[in-house]
Amino acid sequence: MSEKLLVNPIECDGHGACAELLPEMITLDEWGYPVIDGRPVPPGLERDARAAVNACPKLAIHLVPAP
Amino acid sequence: MTTVTTTELPRLLPRDGRQPEDYRAHMARHGAIPYRGGAGSLIGDIQEAGLRGRGGAAFPAHRKLAAVLAAATKRRVRSVVIANGAESEPASEKDATLLWLAPHLVLDGLQLAVEAVGAERAILYTHADRARDVGQRLRVALGERRGDRVAVHLAAAPPRFLSGQETALTNHLGGGPAIPTFTPPRITERGLGSAPTLVQNVETLAHLALIARYGPRWFRQVGTRNEPGSLLVTVRRGDGRPRIVEVPFGVPLASLLRELGHDAAVLVGGYHGTWLPASQAATIRLDNESLGGAGASVGAGLLVALPGDRCGVVETARVVRYLALESAGQCGPCLNGLPRMSAALTALATGTATGRAAASARADLERWAGLVTGRGACHHPDGTARFVRSALRTFAGEFAAHERGRCGAANSAPCLPVPRAAAQAEEDWL
Repeated sequence: MSEKLLVNPIECDGHGACAELLPEMITLDEWGYPVIDGRPVPPGLERDARAAVNACPKLAIHLVPAP
Repeated sequence: MTTVTTTELPRLLPRDGRQPEDYRAHMARHGAIPYRGGAGSLIGDIQEAGLRGRGGAAFPAHRKLAAVLAAATKRRVRSVVIANGAESEPASEKDATLLWLAPHLVLDGLQLAVEAVGAERAILYTHADRARDVGQRLRVALGERRGDRVAVHLAAAPPRFLSGQETALTNHLGGGPAIPTFTPPRITERGLGSAPTLVQNVETLAHLALIARYGPRWFRQVGTRNEPGSLLVTVRRGDGRPRIVEVPFGVPLASLLRELGHDAAVLVGGYHGTWLPASQAATIRLDNESLGGAGASVGAGLLVALPGDRCGVVETARVVRYLALESAGQCGPCLNGLPRMSAALTALATGTATGRAAASARADLERWAGLVTGRGACHHPDGTARFVRSALRTFAGEFAAHERGRCGAANSAPCLPVPRAAAQAEEDWL
C-alpha cells in the first residue's frame, strides 16, 4: 500500500530536518515551516521519506496510508 | 406524525413578533417531543430531509449522527452530544436570537439527537458575553421543561473567535483551553473524554426537532432541491443594527439587501467568508450553488452590505488584524502568516505603503494567502486567506487608489464589528 506524508502543524516547530532529508517532497516556507507534497510517496523515495520522518525532533511528521 | 398544512415561514422563530416562546407557548405550537423509542431511527428521516449543518460548514447532519452512533456501537461506549451555540463570528447574531426566542426548539433537538446517537450526556455551549444574557434565558427554559431524558449541562464559551470550532470546544469542555487540536482522531470517533462526540450547531438541532415532528417532505417544501429548508440569516448594512430573518435557501440576495444600488460590496458568510461587489451580489441567490459560482458560500448565514461611502481596504485591514490576533498561535504558518498579512493590509489601508511598496505588499498578500492555506490544524488560516483574497479582487479599485496615496471613502467610521480584546495570554483561552 502506498503512503503519504502528514505533518501535525501544532507539534511542528520548524526544525527543518525533514526538508534536508527529503528535498524532493518537502520545502521550507519563508518562516522555516515545511511545505509538504501531499501525493503518495513514489517508490524510489520511500527510504528517504522514512528517514525524514525518523529525524523529526518533535515527532511531528508521519507516513500515513494514502487513499 | 402531526399533519401540518402550512409551510410559511418562520418555522423556527416565533410567529408573532419578537416575543420569546416559553414552554407553554412552545407546547401549544409544536406539542411534546416525538421520541422515536430507540437510537438511530431518526437518522434516516434527517438524511431524507437533506438537513445540512447551519454552523458554517454545511456538512450533512445525518452523516455526523451516523458516524457517532456507529463509533459508539462499535466500541460499546456511550456518546456525548454538544449543542454548539458559540456563535463566534462577531457580526453574527442568529444563534443568540434563536436561543433567546425559541430555546425549547433547540432543547428538543438536543434531546432527540441524544436519543438518535444513544448518548448519555448533553451539553449546551454558548457565549456568555453577548448583549443578551442567553445563559439566564436557558436556565429558565430548562426549569420549565418536562420529559427530558438526559439533563442538559450549560457551558460558557470564552469570548474568542475560535472557541466555537469543534475540536476547540471539545478541548475546552474537557478542562483545557478553547484552542483547536489536531485531527485525526475525529471527534465523532474520540471527542470529549474520548467518547464519540456529536457537535451540532443550535440552529441545526432546531431544524432536527421540526423534521422529527413534521417529516422530511414537509421540510423540503421550502428551499432548493439540493439545499432544502429555511435558514436564519444575520443581515447588516453599514454599522446599523443587525436584522435576523428566516428565509428559504435560494432567495435572491437583493431581496434581503434592498439598497444594493448604493452599496460598494457585500460580505457573505462571515469573517472567514467572501467579499463580493454589490453589482455581482445583486445577481446571486442565497444558496451554496449560486454563491459557489462566485467563489462564496452561505457560511454562518451572515450578510453585511458595505455602503458606497466606506472603504473596503480599511474594513478588511481592521478585520484581518482581529483574525491575526485571534490565531491560537499553535501552527507556524498561521502564527507567522496572519500577522504578516495584517501588517501589509494596515500599511496599505493607512497609506504607509504607496507606489512600489504598495504593489509589492499586494503581491505579498496573494503569496501569503496561498502559503497558509491548508497548513493549519484548523481552518483559521484558510478562512482568513479566503477573506483577504476576496478583498484583493473586490476592492481592486480601492487598492489601486491607496497605492497612489488616496482613499475614496467619505465616511471613515468603522463598519464591521470587531471586538476590542484579542487573546494575549493563555488564560484568555480558558
